[in-house]
Amino acid sequence: MKPERTKPKLAIALGATCSGCDYSLLDLGAGLLDVTDQVEIVYWPTGIDSKLEDLQAVPDRGVDLILFDGAVVNEDNLEMARLCRKKAKMLAAFGSCGAYGGIPGLINSGSPKKILLEVYQGLPTRSDKAEALNFEGEDALPKMLGQAYSLDQVVDVDVYLPGCPPPLKLVAGLLTDVLAGKAIPKGTFYASNRAVCYECKRVKENKSIDAIHRYHEIQPDPTRCLLEQGIVCLGPATRGGCDAVCCTQNQPCRGCMGALPHSEDSGAEMMSALASIMELNNENKEADYTGIFDGLNDPLGTFYTFTLPKSILGRRKVDQS
Amino acid sequence: MKRLVINPATRLEGHAKIAIIMDDKGEVQDALFQTVEFKGFESFCIGRNAEELPVITSRICGVCPWAHHMASVKATDALFSAPPPPTAQKVRELAYDAFMVHDHTAVFYALAAPDLLLDPDTPRAQRNILELVKRIGRDTGAKVLALRKAAADILTITGGRATHPIFGCPGGITRGLSQEDISAIRDRSRQLVELAELTNKVFQDGVASKKEFIDLFNTDAFVNRSYYASLVGKDGRISFLDGDVRVVKPDGSTYEEFKPASYMDHFEEASLPWTYMKFPYLKNVGWKGLQEGEDSGLYRVGPLARFNVAKGFTTPRAQEKFELFRETLGSPAHQTLAYQWARVIEILYAAERITELVDDPELGGKEIRSQLGKIGEGVGVVEAPRGLLVHHYRADERGVVTFVNLIVPSTHNNSGICLSVKKAAKHLIRGTEIPEPVFNRVEMLYRAYDPCLACGTHSLPGAMPLKFELYDSAGRLLGSESRGL
Repeated sequence: MKPERTKPKLAIALGATCSGCDYSLLDLGAGLLDVTDQVEIVYWPTGIDSKLEDLQAVPDRGVDLILFDGAVVNEDNLEMARLCRKKAKMLAAFGSCGAYGGIPGLINSGSPKKILLEVYQGLPTRSDKAEALNFEGEDALPKMLGQAYSLDQVVDVDVYLPGCPPPLKLVAGLLTDVLAGKAIPKGTFYASNRAVCYECKRVKENKSIDAIHRYHEIQPDPTRCLLEQGIVCLGPATRGGCDAVCCTQNQPCRGCMGALPHSEDSGAEMMSALASIMELNNENKEADYTGIFDGLNDPLGTFYTFTLPKSILGRRKVDQS
Repeated sequence: MKRLVINPATRLEGHAKIAIIMDDKGEVQDALFQTVEFKGFESFCIGRNAEELPVITSRICGVCPWAHHMASVKATDALFSAPPPPTAQKVRELAYDAFMVHDHTAVFYALAAPDLLLDPDTPRAQRNILELVKRIGRDTGAKVLALRKAAADILTITGGRATHPIFGCPGGITRGLSQEDISAIRDRSRQLVELAELTNKVFQDGVASKKEFIDLFNTDAFVNRSYYASLVGKDGRISFLDGDVRVVKPDGSTYEEFKPASYMDHFEEASLPWTYMKFPYLKNVGWKGLQEGEDSGLYRVGPLARFNVAKGFTTPRAQEKFELFRETLGSPAHQTLAYQWARVIEILYAAERITELVDDPELGGKEIRSQLGKIGEGVGVVEAPRGLLVHHYRADERGVVTFVNLIVPSTHNNSGICLSVKKAAKHLIRGTEIPEPVFNRVEMLYRAYDPCLACGTHSLPGAMPLKFELYDSAGRLLGSESRGL
């Protein structure tokens, strides 16, 4: 009888997340059982009864792959991120929150004090006892860090699986590589290195635009490029790998797959792309374009829906000690 | 009684806390169930364009993203004064039914089934879905997962993907269905009916036909005679997306019925000194604390509430099961554990309803969006799998959001969960010890509600760590027990 090969160890850990990344793994259907047959899951609070001690008990670098979904917004998330870094041979930022801060990263649009007051007290459905918040002792609320961070802003990250949630075929790609024992270079993105536009079936005609439309205001031609119809679509500044699913649904790309390889800031990249197609054919160089962006209303939310913490705007150093 | 402040607590994994407070005579005086919701959504949604909220608020919860998406879409329909055309309504309903199957089956197999179908002495560490798959056989487990994937497929066909859909917009949907889409959905709808029948059979054989379970359901300590609130559709039948809110009294008669937009006139929230969580109650009845009966404004939402508020389903096979449910448990059914049964029957309704909608000629219509009107305020109410979900927005004249209020089902049910725990604890606890059966029973009770744990504590049903604490009347901690921490 052949000795059984040791199964690779897998853990899935959570930061500030909706759990959609790991919950969507159930949609692998029967394929999920093929995965669970081939790996040893040492820790996955969403799927199995896991104790934190199970993860703590593993020797350092004893877990072959840890998928971390969620942003880092409080001290507990930070502690979990550090623990995962210690225990993982390979640490993956799983989903847009881990990779870029994601939707919880929008919290960076407010001040820390405002966040705390509004999140915990300032709403009709919440108590108004602001002074009673407890940050000391065993049952204390974890201290907020004052803003949201992507995983790689607080610990070293090996691979990235962006998307909200990550497309299952990309997740399967990473798992297959790990199971095959393939060497995966640090910094690998399980996503395309080219823009969403390369996967989008809409036709581009290199037309300029003279007005910005919000996606719900017009019924765009389903065959033509959304951007060329005046809808701010982040496709040109965003990694593919998602099959341009939003564009297929007649909605603009909001950039959940993150910035392209050469770029650090997909929002800035997008603003530049947008500026370059404004009124390209207009002969009147003196024309006043200042009003043309008025329809945007919310540039921060539009250009940085999923990436604010990773943007040049939302970056702040965190104490690594 | 000394004022007790028990703080919302979350450790690394997040956990729920049940605090039990004794009076001077050593009797249970109150019980508190507690989870923390990390959100901030109500804060950072302000300043966004209103049409983006269905995209943003879906991320409140990766387990029930469609519930938040759909409540948000309905709120923006109203905010932009754009009632959706019939085709959009039907595609929305079809997708939402697929979501109900997707969510309810996950909850049943991950949460209820390990409690109900595994041996009662199965160690807690093995009470999970992977263990269940081992017990019911890998083939059956694989079959359930494969059939459930048909629901994910329908969600992908309609919304681009199963988790975090790209689907609704103010006044409609952004992509209509082609004939190929519809025939692909038709194939899968048959699989969903098969899944629903299989799941109902598992429940019927393993639980509903067994006297010991029905006796357990009927145990007085696990019965709570409360008000119930849910949406009702035409003819007073269960409706997940449309209709008015109806509230029934503990005797089953209608107490009030109102338009969702007026929710603030009917629901109010009480504060208790020992928790930050508020306790919603019926404004026109009044808050009497964690009390049952007609004089107490405590109400419950979710599958059991829908069963008690409405007079059944519009589809034949689900209606048959509904009648069996009422015959077995009475009407209204106040047995808290019956939430699980109602949930299983709803899977069948949702699957049957998809088979009806897929043959509706309007489903493939081309008119999928309506004209936008005046911009202002909008309330969107849906029946989430776990009960009534309210999204309420206001926007300025540009459509930029100025106000957001969200009431999630687990908040509506906070009082009910506390009441159930208190009553069970009163029955089971004497003195300062927490006997072992209390854990199992209390866990089964709160799991019946299936508090939205992914929202609250990032932990799926079946794996939620729990901490029990016992306090005396002076607020001194007498003892605590942890499970799964």
